[in-house]
Amino acid sequence: MSEKEEDVKLIGSWASPFSRRVEMALKLKGVPYDYSDEDYLVTKSPLLLQLNPIYKKVPVFVHKGKVLLESHLILEYIDQTWRRNPILPQDPYDRAMARFWAKFVDEQVTLIGFRSLIKSEEIDVAIKEAQELITYLENEITGKMFFGGETIGFLDMVVGSMIPFCLVRGWEGMGIDMIPKEKFPELNSWIEKMKEIEIVRECIPNREKNIEHMMKIVGRIKAASKAA
Amino acid sequence: MNQEEQVQLLGLWGSPFSKRVEMVLKLKGIPYEYIEEDVYVQKSPMLLKLNPIHRKVPVLVHQGKSIAESLVIVEYIEDTWKTSYPILPHDPYERSMARFWAKYVDDKVMLTLWKACLGPESEREKMVEEAYEGLKCLEKELGDKQFFGGETIGFIDIAADFIAYWFGIAQEASGVMIMTGEKFPKLQRWSENFVGNSIIKEVLPPKQKLLALFKAQFGNDPSK
Repeated sequence: MSEKEEDVKLIGSWASPFSRRVEMALKLKGVPYDYSDEDYLVTKSPLLLQLNPIYKKVPVFVHKGKVLLESHLILEYIDQTWRRNPILPQDPYDRAMARFWAKFVDEQVTLIGFRSLIKSEEIDVAIKEAQELITYLENEITGKMFFGGETIGFLDMVVGSMIPFCLVRGWEGMGIDMIPKEKFPELNSWIEKMKEIEIVRECIPNREKNIEHMMKIVGRIKAASKAA
Repeated sequence: MNQEEQVQLLGLWGSPFSKRVEMVLKLKGIPYEYIEEDVYVQKSPMLLKLNPIHRKVPVLVHQGKSIAESLVIVEYIEDTWKTSYPILPHDPYERSMARFWAKYVDDKVMLTLWKACLGPESEREKMVEEAYEGLKCLEKELGDKQFFGGETIGFIDIAADFIAYWFGIAQEASGVMIMTGEKFPKLQRWSENFVGNSIIKEVLPPKQKLLALFKAQFGNDPSK
């Protein structure tokens, strides 16, 4: 097999939690990859549109000439293909729970989280709703070093990329302290531990740039909903 | 059988999500205790305890632990009972593609099909168009295979159970005709193969009961 076909290619975006979590997994497993950044707020590249005509989104993962979409699926593929430093639990029940919580974060928490960012009135209600969901994660991390146990895993990458290193920046931009230490001591402690890990740090978007980016997205969503 | 080994499934007779799990349990020959939850009437204390976050069925209970979300449950069953009737392909790429299409059915297709039948008039045209797009993608993906899984029923087929059975009944109840044999011959053939399978047949809810339920939900207004 030629060198080219073995190559891993990732089309992502510096600000996308979905793409950053894939980078975390690749780095953890020591898999070299060719990275191409999409500033998706500006324009979608012809390469992206060619490889992902259905969703037109990042991340797009290419290995041995085959294309994979959807961050959770890509993470599972990476885990099955490069066996060192496994990111999904071995036990079927723990694995099911990791998948369940990942779905919960990306579907429920993200939805309510974004909702709280775009609301101008009833912000207290939105904050309360979001915090109720985040409490489930606080309970889940209690008594553990990481969601994955002793070392970071699939769920740490999903929660990490989405909450502290994406949504929180949005909340900061809006002046909201969504996960204060008094209410969420375990999550905050986990965030600090995550920041200490080099490969995680390498995959966190710059804070100021991220806040600015999140505010742009919020602006866009608000404008779109006014136009609708 | 050891009490801890017993599998329990909290389900709803008419739910395609609940049936996905039953189909897999039956295909793999796993005995289970079925508990009907009429979630629209009253959620039982058992359900609220086992699935406090979503308070929905299906919920699988095994070895004293509970799992929610139909496709998460199916993967759990696959991981736990490995030797009988594999639902997912072995190859990592094929496995990912199976998951991708199952997710596509769940996220993109099911809701638009349902809304095309039931949604408000104002959204109807847009939903019908999206429904066509979704079905076209699936028709292409299926190609000339007997099932999405190849020669045997697999993960995508299970995820698409709504399309194979429920949707036809919903079309009948609503008068909306999107998925026809002429427009989607491959999906039509697939539906027949799926519904005709001896194990799947055992699990499907009775047509007349579903038809009555859908008619009640859509109302009898022919213009809807």
